[in-house]
Amino acid sequence: MSFTKLSTSALAILAVTATAAAAQNRQEIRVVGSSTVFPYSQAAAEQFANNTGAPSPIVESTGTGGGMQLFCGGIGESHPDLTGASRAMTASEYELCQTNGVTDISEALIGYDGLSIAISRDSENDWDLTLSEVYLALAAQVPVDGEWADNPYTMWSEINPDLPEVEILAYGPPPTSGTRDAFVELAMHAGCEELPFVQEGGFDGDWIDENCSRMRQDGPFVEAGENDNLIVQRLTADANAMGIFGYSFLFENSDTLKAVSINGVEPNAETIGDFSYPISRPLYFYVKNAHRGVIPNMQEFVEEFVSDDALGADGYFVERGMVALSDDQLAEVQSNVIEGVNMDPKTE
Amino acid sequence: MTDMTNRSAGKSNAEHISAGLARRHRKESILKGFGIAAISFAFLILGILLMTLVSTGYKAFTQTHLTIDVYVDPDVITRDALPRGAFDDLLENTLVEEFPDVDSSQDRRALLRIFSNGAQFTLRDRVVENPDLIGQTVSLNVPVADNFDQLNKDLISRDTPEEFRRLSDQEIAWFDALDEAGMISNPINFGLLTNADSRFPELAGLKGALVGSFWALLTCFLISFPVGIGAAIYLEEFAPKNKISDIIEVNINNLAAVPSVVFGLLALAVFIGWFGMPRSAPFVGGLTLALMTMPTIIIATRAALKSVPPSIREAAMGLGASRQQVVFQHVVPLAMPGILTGTIIGLAQALGETAPLLLIGMNAFITSAPSGPFDSATALPTQIFIWADSPERGFVSRTSAAILVLLAFLAFMNGIAIYLRQKFQRKW
Repeated sequence: MSFTKLSTSALAILAVTATAAAAQNRQEIRVVGSSTVFPYSQAAAEQFANNTGAPSPIVESTGTGGGMQLFCGGIGESHPDLTGASRAMTASEYELCQTNGVTDISEALIGYDGLSIAISRDSENDWDLTLSEVYLALAAQVPVDGEWADNPYTMWSEINPDLPEVEILAYGPPPTSGTRDAFVELAMHAGCEELPFVQEGGFDGDWIDENCSRMRQDGPFVEAGENDNLIVQRLTADANAMGIFGYSFLFENSDTLKAVSINGVEPNAETIGDFSYPISRPLYFYVKNAHRGVIPNMQEFVEEFVSDDALGADGYFVERGMVALSDDQLAEVQSNVIEGVNMDPKTE
Repeated sequence: MTDMTNRSAGKSNAEHISAGLARRHRKESILKGFGIAAISFAFLILGILLMTLVSTGYKAFTQTHLTIDVYVDPDVITRDALPRGAFDDLLENTLVEEFPDVDSSQDRRALLRIFSNGAQFTLRDRVVENPDLIGQTVSLNVPVADNFDQLNKDLISRDTPEEFRRLSDQEIAWFDALDEAGMISNPINFGLLTNADSRFPELAGLKGALVGSFWALLTCFLISFPVGIGAAIYLEEFAPKNKISDIIEVNINNLAAVPSVVFGLLALAVFIGWFGMPRSAPFVGGLTLALMTMPTIIIATRAALKSVPPSIREAAMGLGASRQQVVFQHVVPLAMPGILTGTIIGLAQALGETAPLLLIGMNAFITSAPSGPFDSATALPTQIFIWADSPERGFVSRTSAAILVLLAFLAFMNGIAIYLRQKFQRKW
């Protein structure tokens, strides 16, 4: 029958084209990795495609860990060429790369990103918190009368009488997000460490990892999904609610939001870059050196990525909210990455 | 006495009925009221959804443009230096002519930022295409940068104190001067449909997503339609009714209820993992969506085949047609409207599906539209996902606009399904 013939031939054509496509050479550069580095990789990819007319690199936001899995999957066209990370590669990831034959990797520190706690400009108070106050407000378990117990605080004034008498309410990222991991590590663990209970008890890092990593589930901390724009909207609707997100979102919405200072320091380019603002982290990207010269334009793209136009103090990464490296650091990164110097092995 | 009782019984009976009648009427109107309330609630929610989308999204359907005459200075741009060249210097010089009092290099740079970053490439492409333009004056009509677009659309308020605003008073003054000179216009934003994605909201468009969705749906249709119909015809017309066909039927119904993200994981492991197909390709997306659409098509086709009256089959067989002839010449053509409706609704569902596409990497950032089903691309719903997550202000309205475009496509496809049903429906 014509009908059956038609459908079988359609299937046959599809099967043939599928195999043909799998065999075709990859023309575009593929970038994966952290959602924090994603906007910067996007910027570099677009600029590169516009400047050179080469096929635009494909940038995918997979998260730092997911990006490492793909990046360390092996050598060859089916594996990505670059990955962005909002933390340095871990020893186990380095090990994974080695076992899969990805032995030549260049590591580049591209800049810094701050996590901001923001509040609506309509808020009557100027907020300045210490990390331990942040911890006491948002952690699942805190010291109460010398005991490690469920968090009883509902008002900021209960934590410190000098703070305003305002209900604790903070919107933050869900556990799947890299921003959450960073916040827990940089703010919650550090805040926990500063507590007199922990210092006097002589607890070590493992104890802190185990006991200070959980955010409270009883209302004051609300997981608002991955969509940071939604958090921004909620904050403008409720003057007393705080939001936790990347500095770039605060930067873009500085007309309606203001920052909560931490230990008296407000997040801005300077304080994030010199780490005086405590919740800041380095951003990295990793280059698979075996792909240079194999994937077309790879070397040129890497050069664009670390160029002064991109990474420099007036570069277009900074325009998007990243905090730039110092000139010396930048020069070192540029020479290392352009020449394809391999990173030092990571060990435990 | 008997008369009395009869009469009184009859009377009380009528009374009883008339008393009960009011109560029954009341109950009926309450039920009707609940029904109307339920429908109005559904409409209200739909209305609110559309209202919020339109009220934030309509501003993205226009885009502020700047029209300016640019003198392509042969001192700055030479034929030999094409296509590279200092086209941004050219734009900067042009604007400085408008504002002669601007002299510090920092202010000149700030002035240049009124233009979208794409302006220099638009100018470059025109000059590269026609190098004779060097030494002449070109009239350029280009988008302005997102901040100024937001200002023109009143999304950045002039009342906000300067230190909190993304634009300084100086920048606003420049923009107003250009506006007074009649160089600012706010035409319909065709770029929203004709541009590929960009990190600059004023340049970002849906072309890549539309083309990607088209290829994915085409692949999905070419696979799920013949396979789905074939399976349905076999099960309905040829398969023996026994335990095995029962099990198959139950499984197909279950398959239709499997969450789509599961199909995404399957595709990631099988198509990309085993078969080594490329990531982010609409072809792979189409295969994944086909897995999801197939049960819907099978179920719809079987229902359509079942609704063809047995008399048709019997008449054809009575005239000596073979079973195959009965199916393909009589039953399937009569069932076609139902089959097509089911298919289109299945495809419309596939068009709006996000989760499986995220897993196979169709949420990548790509600044060019795909030229075939194997080029990397995004799809409409994943593009919305990417834009919703972008920090730039301009993407807030563009996200809503993209959702409206997606809804328009869904409504269009459902409209086709309704049309086909009306046009070809037969009553027996």
